[in-house]
Amino acid sequence: MNLFILGSLIEPAVGLIFWTTITFVLLLILLGKFAWKPILNAIKTREKGIEDALASAENALNDMRELKSNNEKILAQARAERDNLLKEARDTKDAIIAEAKSKAQADADRILSSAREQITNEKNAAVAELKNQVATLSIEIAEKILRSELSSDEKQKTLVNNLMKDVNLN
Amino acid sequence: MTSKINTYKRFFSIFLLIFSLFMGFSTNLSASEPQEEGAEQAHVEAAAPGHQSHEENGPVDISAIAIEHVSDAHSWHFWGEGHHSVSAPLPVILKTNNGIVFFMSSEFDHDNEGKVVVEKNGERFVMFEEKIYYANEVPNEYGQYITPIIDEKEVGVSNAAPLDFSITKNVTQMFLSVLVILWIFTSIAKAYKTQGVTSAPRGKQSFFEPLILFVRDDIAKGNIGHGSEKFVPYLLTVFFMILINNVFGMIPIGANLTGNIAFTLVLSVATMIVTNINGNKNYWSHIFLPHAPKAIWPILIPIEIVGILTKPFALMMRLFANMTAGHIIIISLVGLIFVFKTIYIAPVSVAFALFIDVLECLVAFLQAYVFTMLTALFIGSAVADHNEDGAHNEDDEKLVAGH
Repeated sequence: MNLFILGSLIEPAVGLIFWTTITFVLLLILLGKFAWKPILNAIKTREKGIEDALASAENALNDMRELKSNNEKILAQARAERDNLLKEARDTKDAIIAEAKSKAQADADRILSSAREQITNEKNAAVAELKNQVATLSIEIAEKILRSELSSDEKQKTLVNNLMKDVNLN
Repeated sequence: MTSKINTYKRFFSIFLLIFSLFMGFSTNLSASEPQEEGAEQAHVEAAAPGHQSHEENGPVDISAIAIEHVSDAHSWHFWGEGHHSVSAPLPVILKTNNGIVFFMSSEFDHDNEGKVVVEKNGERFVMFEEKIYYANEVPNEYGQYITPIIDEKEVGVSNAAPLDFSITKNVTQMFLSVLVILWIFTSIAKAYKTQGVTSAPRGKQSFFEPLILFVRDDIAKGNIGHGSEKFVPYLLTVFFMILINNVFGMIPIGANLTGNIAFTLVLSVATMIVTNINGNKNYWSHIFLPHAPKAIWPILIPIEIVGILTKPFALMMRLFANMTAGHIIIISLVGLIFVFKTIYIAPVSVAFALFIDVLECLVAFLQAYVFTMLTALFIGSAVADHNEDGAHNEDDEKLVAGH
């Protein structure tokens, strides 16, 4: 083993230390200014952009959710209103029908009663007339009978006799 | 599924067995060689590579080649040996007693043994084992203008050396990697500007953005927590500097920059500085006023102070050792062919070298991650508002809010 060159291996050379120091410091400055700063800034900008995009997406989602819940609320309201309207309409219909029914009933009752009254009147008038005609006829018949009965003396005598027979002189 | 795992296990155990056998052989071979000639002779051999045994068809000193391979160099070597080698010359910059000296490494004419003298500004230089020394007036018996130290304990060169600020192979690769990193990330930054941030990432962007996000979210935010944004640019720079250079180091002609202790030293010192200048009241009170009986403070406080240094030291050693070890294993496996001097070992060498190469791909990412993660962890422990339990939690936040 050549100890001499082995020794040189672990003995730092002044020249290389000198050049490395200069180069490294220069590299640090140059890269820091012209590479790391723009690169890291760009990456940060992109990350911030992504973060913002995610946040705005989240916001949009929340907005949409809110909108959706609002819509649902409005829809529910509209539905309730519709139900209300329908119910009202139904009630009104029922009321109208009921009213109409009661009115018709009343009319029918009125018509019926007036008809009944008229019928009674007509019947009374007819009965009265019948009574009058019967009376007239009776008088005429009685006249005719009287005339035929009293046409001869004989007949008058028989009549008187008959009548006399009926009369009880008690 | 289980049968598959068993197959892997079997493969791995066979691999380990064969590998340890070979390791045993090769160490035996290299260990037995110098012992016959005596210790002093061995040191002369070591200090005089002109007489390296492989030129005489003797056993190959794989360890020397391996260490050479992972070390820094003054020229960018591609292939070939000695004077026939093809390499790109690199600038040599020396701080001598008379001022700055500048010349190209090609002036040494591929010499690495101290035999070619370069004269500049009235000063004479030689290169020995990739290190530049002031040359002697006259050459020694091997034609070298250096004075090797031949000692019981150490080997080396007694010549004085100028301060070497050369643009070496590692420095060149570092400059190249910096250009590549700047190109990659400024063009990515431009892509964000032109395409805007709303479109999906494309091309380079789609490969690097997950890594950037990983560093920012998992490493920085995960270990530092609140206020991690401040440290993200530093962590990103460290991560990609290590990652890109790890990957470059894996390319066969690439330099082993991240496996160089000078490089890891600078990065870990940077981490130490960033950690300590950002340390808050809790961090310092934890070091100088630990929650322990006063009687053991004399023991505890020095330990905590040493801890400030051991953390970056561990960072430095971990990256250096991991990357260097990977490279040495690969060259050792390939070196088996030359140690055994037979082509029949080649399939085994290539198979195992491929296996380690694939493993190194993983390690390239892993070590970049580990270095960055531990850096973030140290920073996190320095800036966190700790409770008694030492863990950062919601109670701390409330405590801070309460204050």
